[in-house]
Amino acid sequence: MPHVLRMIAQRLALGLVTLFVVSIIIFLGTELLPGDFAQQMLGQAATPETVAALRERLGLNDPMLVRYVDWLTDILRGDFGVSLANGQPVADLIGRRLVNTLSLALYAAAISVPLSLALGILAALFRNTLFDRFVNASALTSISFPEFFVAYILIFLFAGAGGMFPSMASLRGDPGLGEYLHRAFLPALTLTLVTTAYMMRMTRAAIINLLASPYIEMARLKGISPMRIILRHALPNALAPIINVIALNLAYLITGVVVVEVVFVYPGLGQLIVDSVTARDMPVVQGVALLFAGAYVLLNLTADVLATLSNPRLMHRR
Amino acid sequence: MGFLTGVVILAVVVAVALAAGWLFRAMMVAILPAGAGRTLRTAPPAAGFGMLVILLYILVALFAPLIAPFGEREIVGPEFLPWGDTHLLGTDNLGRDMLSRLVYAARNTIGIAFVTTALAFLIGSVLGILAALTGGWLDQLLARAVDVLMAIPALIFALLLLTIVGTSIVNMILVIALIDSTRVFRLARAVSMNIVVMDYMEAARLRGEGTWHLIVREILPNAMAPLVAEFGLRFCFVFLTISALSFLGLGIQPPTADWGAMVRDTATLISFGDVTPLLPAGAIALLTVSVNFVVDWQLHRASGLKE
Repeated sequence: MPHVLRMIAQRLALGLVTLFVVSIIIFLGTELLPGDFAQQMLGQAATPETVAALRERLGLNDPMLVRYVDWLTDILRGDFGVSLANGQPVADLIGRRLVNTLSLALYAAAISVPLSLALGILAALFRNTLFDRFVNASALTSISFPEFFVAYILIFLFAGAGGMFPSMASLRGDPGLGEYLHRAFLPALTLTLVTTAYMMRMTRAAIINLLASPYIEMARLKGISPMRIILRHALPNALAPIINVIALNLAYLITGVVVVEVVFVYPGLGQLIVDSVTARDMPVVQGVALLFAGAYVLLNLTADVLATLSNPRLMHRR
Repeated sequence: MGFLTGVVILAVVVAVALAAGWLFRAMMVAILPAGAGRTLRTAPPAAGFGMLVILLYILVALFAPLIAPFGEREIVGPEFLPWGDTHLLGTDNLGRDMLSRLVYAARNTIGIAFVTTALAFLIGSVLGILAALTGGWLDQLLARAVDVLMAIPALIFALLLLTIVGTSIVNMILVIALIDSTRVFRLARAVSMNIVVMDYMEAARLRGEGTWHLIVREILPNAMAPLVAEFGLRFCFVFLTISALSFLGLGIQPPTADWGAMVRDTATLISFGDVTPLLPAGAIALLTVSVNFVVDWQLHRASGLKE
């Protein structure tokens, strides 16, 4: 076990270093912004005295390194600064929307992960049949579709006049769970369709890769049913790549929500970052980008660790 | 009943597409000289269809002013006209002819995506090969820097950079080319790593050839096959990213016609059961699917798989 712990500690340290460098890049965003930050906050009408006072108050006259450390400690305390557009604390803007985005991603993952695993196993079982070809071709097709195309097709099919689901996933009036699942169904379905294909293809490939190995041949010669061979003999060995792909796709879900949220007017982080980029509201963009990047790094880290844990050969390496 | 009709329509569309691909392949095999014809004969109908579509897109992009019935930015009638005789696909939110804008957008969107991909490849492959060739601290520095840059999700990184530099076409091209060059760098470096240890590289070094000669004459020709396949895939990614940004209102700016922005402009129609917004979105999807089909075939061929 100590070997595994050391491995996890190493990966965690690497992840932290990555996050640290990412935070530097995101911090540099404000530095590279043309024009004076204080001037932008106060608008063009501000007198030089008030601008100077604000610069002093925000600590803009300190050296860059000091400002970076200040900025980072503030963020670690949960203080993301103040929005340039409306003067609200960024943490307040993010708070509720973070929950919304996470629940949407979770909703989509809850559908797509079991679905893609089942379809991938079936495609491996019936490989080179019409079913397999159909599944493969639709996977290739759905990878190349832009998210908004899938989203608008779904709206066209399910949300037109007298449709079953709303085309705008507004969360006004604090809906209960059942109502939430109904309102957020189309965005979740869009994300499911976009991610399922890839995960399914990788599941199929991971299993088929193993089917040529001698121990599978042995199992086949023993007369075990194909389904049992795949589930009991092939699947455990294929877990590592499958877990990896699932984690990568969850990471994709985190950023894939941006376009989907805009299509369905869903009040999440994606909507917020797009609005803030248009308004060049740097503190908000920084906060949201940091969250997205953090989640992304964390999920990739989890993928690595889980893939190792699922492989006894890596666990007991000496 | 509606579902069944949908399945039938889908089946017919797929059959027609495959038949068109098959016909196109047969035609090209007949026209082209024997060598190229033999390679083409191995293409599956899907790849044939892909090539046909790509060719059509290129033709439309090149001859846009001849094909489009109206000007790109010309306001020709009231807003949101339905499909009709003068305006085959109706008009958009400002009363511009939908069909003309679709045609002109082929030129703008594909052109910009192509320039961006080419730029990403120029930066990524030159740096990648250089890193593999020289090794040492330069290699380590570039590789670690790329690792970190790739740890930030691409779309979020693009949004962050666009906030800094502001949204314009040139900025978008530079930002996306920079982000995508990291992916190209990885591949180019990995491929050249295997090439720089070859005997002919040793011979070229002993001849005293310069770095530029080594890159262009020795490594590049041998790294071409995987890089070309990657170019197709990258083009799809870049094309989708640009469309997504334009759709979000942060990419190609009006009044320049662009498919992503056109979806956004006409999006309200979809809730009234009008399919017009699906046309530009479908145009994007069709091109990326086609490129993917061709790349899939090329990868299959390069890997030497028979089955």
